[in-house]
Amino acid sequence: MPAVWLLAAWTLLVGLLTGCGQAERADLVIHNGPEPETIDPQILTGQADGRIASALFEGLTRFNPTNGTAMPGLASHWEISGDGRTYTFFLRPEARWSTGEPIHAEEVVWSWRRVVTPATAADYSSQFFCVRNGRALVNGELRDPSLLGAEAVDARTVRVHLENPTPYFLELAASRVFFPIPRRAVERWGDQWIRADPLPCSGPYQLLGWRVNDRFRLRRNPRYWDAGRVDAERIDVLSGDNPSTALNLFLSGEVDLISDRKIIPGELGPELARRPDFHRFDYLGQDFIRFNTTRKPFQDARVRRAVALAIDRERITTRITRMGERPSAGITPAGTGGYQPPAGLPFDPQAARRLLAEAGYPGGGGFPTVEYAFNVGSRIYEQTGVEIQAMLREHLGIRVELRPLEWKTYLAEMSALNYDFIRGSWIGDYDDPMTFLDCFLSDSGNNRTGWKDARYDRLLREAASEGVPQRRAGILREAETLLIAEAVPVTGLYSHVGLYAADPRRVAGVWPNRMDEHPFFSMRRIRP
Amino acid sequence: MIGSSSSPGRLALERFLRDRMAVAGLVVLVLAALAAGIGPLLLGIDPDRAGDLALAPPGAAHWMGTDIHGRDLLARVLIGTRISLAVGAVGALVSLMIGVAWGVVAGAAGGRTDAWLMRVVDGLQALPTVVWVMLGMTLFEAGLAGRFAQRWPDALPVLRLAAMMICLGSVSWLTMARVIRAQTLVLRQRPFLLAATALGVPPVRWFLRHLLPNLSGVILVYLTLSVPSVVLYESFLSFLGLGVRPPQASLGSLIADGASQLNPIRVRWWLLVFPAGLMALLLAALNSVGAGLRAAFEPREGSR
Amino acid sequence: MKSWASRLALVPVLLWAVATLCFFLLRALPGGPFDRERPAASREVEAALRARYHWDEPLGRQYLRYLGNLARGDLGPSLKYRNHSVNDLLGQTVPVSLSLGALAFAVAMGLGIPVGVFSALGRNRWADATASLLTLVGVCVPVFVLGPLLVLVFAVGLEWFPVALWGGWTRAVLPTLTLGLYFAARVARWMREGMLEVLQSPHVQAARARGLGEGAVILRHVLPVALVPVVSYTGPMLADLLTGSFVVENVFQIPGTGAFFVNSFFSRDYPLMMGLVLFYCLVLQVLSLITDLLLRWIDPRIGS
Repeated sequence: MPAVWLLAAWTLLVGLLTGCGQAERADLVIHNGPEPETIDPQILTGQADGRIASALFEGLTRFNPTNGTAMPGLASHWEISGDGRTYTFFLRPEARWSTGEPIHAEEVVWSWRRVVTPATAADYSSQFFCVRNGRALVNGELRDPSLLGAEAVDARTVRVHLENPTPYFLELAASRVFFPIPRRAVERWGDQWIRADPLPCSGPYQLLGWRVNDRFRLRRNPRYWDAGRVDAERIDVLSGDNPSTALNLFLSGEVDLISDRKIIPGELGPELARRPDFHRFDYLGQDFIRFNTTRKPFQDARVRRAVALAIDRERITTRITRMGERPSAGITPAGTGGYQPPAGLPFDPQAARRLLAEAGYPGGGGFPTVEYAFNVGSRIYEQTGVEIQAMLREHLGIRVELRPLEWKTYLAEMSALNYDFIRGSWIGDYDDPMTFLDCFLSDSGNNRTGWKDARYDRLLREAASEGVPQRRAGILREAETLLIAEAVPVTGLYSHVGLYAADPRRVAGVWPNRMDEHPFFSMRRIRP
Repeated sequence: MIGSSSSPGRLALERFLRDRMAVAGLVVLVLAALAAGIGPLLLGIDPDRAGDLALAPPGAAHWMGTDIHGRDLLARVLIGTRISLAVGAVGALVSLMIGVAWGVVAGAAGGRTDAWLMRVVDGLQALPTVVWVMLGMTLFEAGLAGRFAQRWPDALPVLRLAAMMICLGSVSWLTMARVIRAQTLVLRQRPFLLAATALGVPPVRWFLRHLLPNLSGVILVYLTLSVPSVVLYESFLSFLGLGVRPPQASLGSLIADGASQLNPIRVRWWLLVFPAGLMALLLAALNSVGAGLRAAFEPREGSR
Repeated sequence: MKSWASRLALVPVLLWAVATLCFFLLRALPGGPFDRERPAASREVEAALRARYHWDEPLGRQYLRYLGNLARGDLGPSLKYRNHSVNDLLGQTVPVSLSLGALAFAVAMGLGIPVGVFSALGRNRWADATASLLTLVGVCVPVFVLGPLLVLVFAVGLEWFPVALWGGWTRAVLPTLTLGLYFAARVARWMREGMLEVLQSPHVQAARARGLGEGAVILRHVLPVALVPVVSYTGPMLADLLTGSFVVENVFQIPGTGAFFVNSFFSRDYPLMMGLVLFYCLVLQVLSLITDLLLRWIDPRIGS
């Protein structure tokens, strides 16, 4: 019958369609997690996005692959003034774009001025608040970008003036938003300059191809100043959403490195962490709970403290998350920038019950039903919620309903203060406690608890302008104690643990570090 | 002959009972419904209680093992069956109500009304229904959930289930409408209905007293056949994160959770096998009952 | 001919209706495309972002702007994937999804029709067993369980096929089977019923009486009529194929549109979501028109 032949012909044709696109395997295949929203270093916010951008571009400094600290990048060396407020960077003479033009200091300064211009709509332009006039420019109070505290002293020298001595400025300079971008490309292509072809790159790799939801094809950039050190000629960076599939790809040898924890199956974390090809590390992030301090019952700080005292964090980390996270009632992970946070409230059900009775709800009597909200991103959040529900029922006699929310709804409700208590987390932008603590300033958009405290604001301002590290740490500890032990608009649960997969027999040049930075220039494929 | 001593229903019942697969399916369904309904009570296990023995394989204390919170899986599977069957049944009922109404009006009215109504069905058939369901569920969460949470927190999970049933039912009525319309068109020409029309019987009574009893066979068949698709759709929603919410569970959500057990590292097989096995059993039972009903109401000569 | 013309004319009307409905309903959802975990650096920055996408204009104006672009075939920029337009994204991913869908359809027909035919003829015990197994798997096992199961057995265990990704024959087998088996079971069922219906009909008896070989009888008299229910169910089946393909593309990491569908909803990327919905509507409408044409061709009596 003709229909059968038609069907056969169709199948053949379609089969041919699937056949194309099968190129040779790259030297290194990396699984990067979900498809990046953008790889433009000035406007990106996601981690997966940032990894691609740091393959293609570089900043004045770059991250040390072994420990995530800053080391020379496009700048070969720098000078810091005595008061810590002026940095002078000296660009390498061999620093050039992959298309051949040298990278000048004017271009660096021009790039920075572009970031702080509100019209660029750069979400991370807040990183420039430490630079003089940065905040005012981003807020629109000042309109002239040339007022930014950065200037090109000559073709090879960039001078930066900071508002305060900022001990982490060198790490900031290595972050994506500080990358110089190719001025010529932007002037020619405008906002979509990142789609330029050829794309001028300053980093170890160039962009050969970008297939959405599939992969980025990278090729070694011979004009990179450190090109001699770059080993892999071709790298494929895959994008995908399914952790089980990523795991299968890794175990079958099709993928050499999984760089994002999101794409590793959460339930198997503990088993996987025991293998030699999976690497566990303490990560710069914290999971915590936010309380809505603008309405009952969490208006009362005693109630908040009671709940914080009734949560057995160790039970959560041993039974639910099981990756060896450090249970912590604080906000700053231990060891951030060498800082040791205060202990915070312990697990003490008796003290919790006393406080609750003091607040007017003895034994939980008369306490309204409250809702614990969380985003449905991971089963872990749901499971944590179930544990918290059980703990509060058992130790305090209060009734908690679970309220799973889809991501955007979660963000909207949190910002609108339309919740009782809600799951929260924060990943540090740089290795210093300030990135965690300044979330809860009275005017910070990150606060989202309705809590305002003039003393807390004052302490943080003092710490910012304090030059001596020990004194600064002391002030920060005082502020954090106020945050997590006295007022408790938030209470920590545990510090994050990162996980990545790299078979030591196949890949080298990747080390675990707190910042979770794995620069491309050091990666090597081990050939048998 | 019209009005003979053995009513069509009686005949169908006899034919149905002769079909062994169908009867077996019915038995399975009844047992499952019973187990789900009173099982947890009889066994005395609380499906929501977090225990200390987490991720335990099946054993003496927990016949189907436990999940990550130490909750007994058998109890959760029974509760899940309850919810899955409820969602399936009510969803199918919703689709029935809309489908029957639509189909009868189209078939009885005929002419242009029929053409337009069916054109709408054609149009709707070609839409990605998953969008409406996602929209519906999210809008429910956003709009109503907040209000109910404050005043009647106990009612919220039930209301959420109701919203889901309505959403699912409102995207599954299309086939039902087509079938009912076709059947109405056929029946309309039958003498007893022609007579009723000629006598000037009012439309509502015409529908209820004369048409509906003759449609009941078809309705029953398609009702039984649409329950499985609603149940599967719900499991798909759970996979996406839009279905039943914790701490409730449906078979679909248990399976969606258990699907992650299909990995080469560590397979906690009980978390997938029991819910999936039970759902497969239920779906197979529903299908064989539906097939049996259809064979009973529309017998073919020479068929099994 | 008149009915075809009017049906074709309805397609743009349908698309417009869907576009309008989606446009306003989507904006009723809480949260917007620019809500992020990290709040905007400043109100100015937020305003600049909104202005860039005309988010600050009144809703009616945005709607008209969207319609104007739509008429020109421009589906707008993606709000989530800020370096791509929706046309870009669809252009890259649609061919892949269509290939997957077509292959799965071929499997569904290529497996389902023969199995249905042979099990109806009742001669072959193997065919019967295959048919039952197929039905069990296809009807009762959700796609998001079947996929990982097949991968575990055939890719990880036996290492016959790659575990995931797309490109080349070997990679296409498992995803196509996963998606196709589900529908092959249903096609087999409808085929079998259609066959049983026809095998006893008088005109087939007449053909046999005329001395025609069994093979010829089947091919020329039975199959064409028996195919009718199969072809007529192709319409709704295609819509289901679509939702199933999301899961398959997710499980096998295939660069199709599936990932966008669900993600664009959750990230409130309205242009992308609407572009996808409109595109799928168009495809399904075209395909259902084609199946109707096929139906007419097979059996000219259909179509009243």
